[in-house]
Amino acid sequence: MTSSATAASFRYRHRHLLGIEGLSPDEITLLLDLAGSYVEQNRAAEKKSDLLRGRTVINLFFENSTRTRTSFELAAKRLGGDVINMSADVSSVKKGETLIDTAMTLNAMLPDVLIVRHPDSGAVKLLSEKVNCAVINGGDGTHEHPTQALLDALAIRRHKGRLQGLTVAICGDILHIRVARSNIHLLISMGARVRVIGPPTLMPSAIDRLGVEVFHDMKAGLIDCDIVMMLRLQLERMQGAFVPSTREYFHFYGLTREKLALAKPDALVMHPGPMNRGVEIDSEVADDIDRSLIREQVEMGVAVRMACLDVLTRNSLRNAAGDER
Amino acid sequence: MTAQRVEPGARGGPPLALVNVRLLDPASNTDQRGGLVISDGTIAEVGPHLARAGAVAGIEAIDGDAACLAPGLVDMRVQLREPGEEHKETFATASTAAAGGGITSMVALPNTHPVIDDAALVESIARRARETSRVRVFTYAAVTRGLAGKEMTEFGLLAAAGALGFTDGLHPVANSQVMRRALFYASTFGKVIIQHPEDPGLGGNGGMNAGEIATRLGLPSIPPLAEVMQVERDLRLAQMANGRLHIPHVSTGAAINAIRRAKARGGKVTCDTAPPYFALNEIAVGDYRTFAKLSPPLRGESDRRAVIEGLKDGTIDAIASDHAPQDQEAKRLPFAQAAVGMIGLETLLCISLDLVHNKHLTLLDMLRKMTVAPASILGLPYGKLAKGAPADLVMFDPERAWKIAEKDFRSKSKNSPFDGRPVQGRVMRTWIAGRTAFALAA
Repeated sequence: MTSSATAASFRYRHRHLLGIEGLSPDEITLLLDLAGSYVEQNRAAEKKSDLLRGRTVINLFFENSTRTRTSFELAAKRLGGDVINMSADVSSVKKGETLIDTAMTLNAMLPDVLIVRHPDSGAVKLLSEKVNCAVINGGDGTHEHPTQALLDALAIRRHKGRLQGLTVAICGDILHIRVARSNIHLLISMGARVRVIGPPTLMPSAIDRLGVEVFHDMKAGLIDCDIVMMLRLQLERMQGAFVPSTREYFHFYGLTREKLALAKPDALVMHPGPMNRGVEIDSEVADDIDRSLIREQVEMGVAVRMACLDVLTRNSLRNAAGDER
Repeated sequence: MTAQRVEPGARGGPPLALVNVRLLDPASNTDQRGGLVISDGTIAEVGPHLARAGAVAGIEAIDGDAACLAPGLVDMRVQLREPGEEHKETFATASTAAAGGGITSMVALPNTHPVIDDAALVESIARRARETSRVRVFTYAAVTRGLAGKEMTEFGLLAAAGALGFTDGLHPVANSQVMRRALFYASTFGKVIIQHPEDPGLGGNGGMNAGEIATRLGLPSIPPLAEVMQVERDLRLAQMANGRLHIPHVSTGAAINAIRRAKARGGKVTCDTAPPYFALNEIAVGDYRTFAKLSPPLRGESDRRAVIEGLKDGTIDAIASDHAPQDQEAKRLPFAQAAVGMIGLETLLCISLDLVHNKHLTLLDMLRKMTVAPASILGLPYGKLAKGAPADLVMFDPERAWKIAEKDFRSKSKNSPFDGRPVQGRVMRTWIAGRTAFALAA
């Protein structure tokens, strides 16, 4: 497996993973295939390998996160790497250090991979230009969250056997939730049909130009869908600025069993978490083990992040070897 | 003590003849071979009879070798950052840049620290400019105290001290009642109100034009509608108050249409745009390039074309540099946090010449928009090649090709989205009151 994985990593042509936009279908398939093999490793009793032995991975989070950070941490540890977690609360960021200075400082410690989450769109790209190591975007502003889109795709592929030709509805706050954009790019690139469903106040301008169909009526949008992806509605957006109230939002855009019945009979439900039960999703749907992929998404997350770390560190090894020659 | 030799043409010096040039004077619709004599800082003689080298005997002459000679440019919109942000720009650095760009008069926005909202501050700008600037510097004063949008400043006293007009800079006066009164009151003194064209509510925290690119980049955006909303309101208020309104840096077809209609109704309205709005579109933002973060934001291609149409049919009266220097600390940031603006003094003429090379405007019409047109909006006696006028001049070669390079900028800040762009047209020499303010190294 190792040699074929090495060969495969030659097919991933980037130093970083900054977003899904810009990845080829071949590169996406490579990451998903590799992640699939890590699902098996994670389910075995012996979960650890030593691919990243001696390598340093820094989790640099300028925004609160438990799930994503833990998932990356676990992924790096399962591959035998050393992991350091830095969050904005304890770092020099609060003392006024600029993003670029932080990048330079960390770069001087010679990490192999930096995983970065930042509240501003484009901040991870800016940081990646100032460091020598590989950078993984752990979510930037309202731009992209590539590993979340990859894990969603892996979960879908394992259940439906394919992405090509599926109809996927992404429902909720398309404007602010970054994984919506990553999922749109990935699914369209892999040949799925994508619908976005939500109130006009939560739709970015010209979203149709990304190749999606736009629905403001959830019931119409769900008809014949294979996958229903729900997005989180953040509390500060429910109180009048974007939607009038939680109650009204749930009535029109919350996923209930009745609304789900409009999708295909075998349609599956996803949510990137953390869920607001009773706001965007009814507990009855979220906890239905026959329809909900929500728990499995979390499992896939670790495998996908192992695959990303694998490909990026192999790439850097290869580059280093190339430099010596 | 030995007497220092005074430069020919300058005040107190011997006269100077500029012969064998292409005279371009938009004020008199002149575009012909000729020459000009400068005496004691003013234009003593001008006309086709001075075309031949040797046309004037007995005085020192420069043979222009058929280069263009035009009135020095009048830039009606610059941010000089002095006082308060001298690490970004000063009168000294900005005026060196301006002279290099053929600009002989520039008008500063009052959004400095402190804000120019008091007559003493207007006077201090004039004094400081006299001491340190190579070019003529004028200033606007704030419409409201501290740019806060609430209390009117002392228009009469500020105008008497030299303020050419009133503006709150990049903040529109949001309150319609305050704006109405400002337009009314300014008309007492014959002064113009200059209002940033963006509805603050719709503009919100946006940093780039709304549309597909902003959506792909995940950036908070400003709809083009925000411009016409503000412009339409102000046009109505100006009509009601019978006041003079100038709308700077228009960037959308919708706003230009609104201004076109207002002008047809006979409204006392004028407007300008700046080179990025006809030379670039939102694609320049690319992968979060903060040098392309401007206010108003760079728009889509159809709006860029509409700006060119507005320049062609005369709806847009003037072109200004919209010079807005920002240092590295203000621009090397995530896009949403980065400051807006670009430097423009040194690229105003060469980028605007694209309009001539692409046959959108004649050379004379292009020059009109940066000489006599802004001068007459502001009541300045500059921007023409007339006998007795101050000898503020620019000599340039409209064909000469060169490449804009960051390292060559004379501005203290280097934030230009035009870095690396090949252009045609180069300033060779600039005179202010007959004194050489810039000469291109051979």
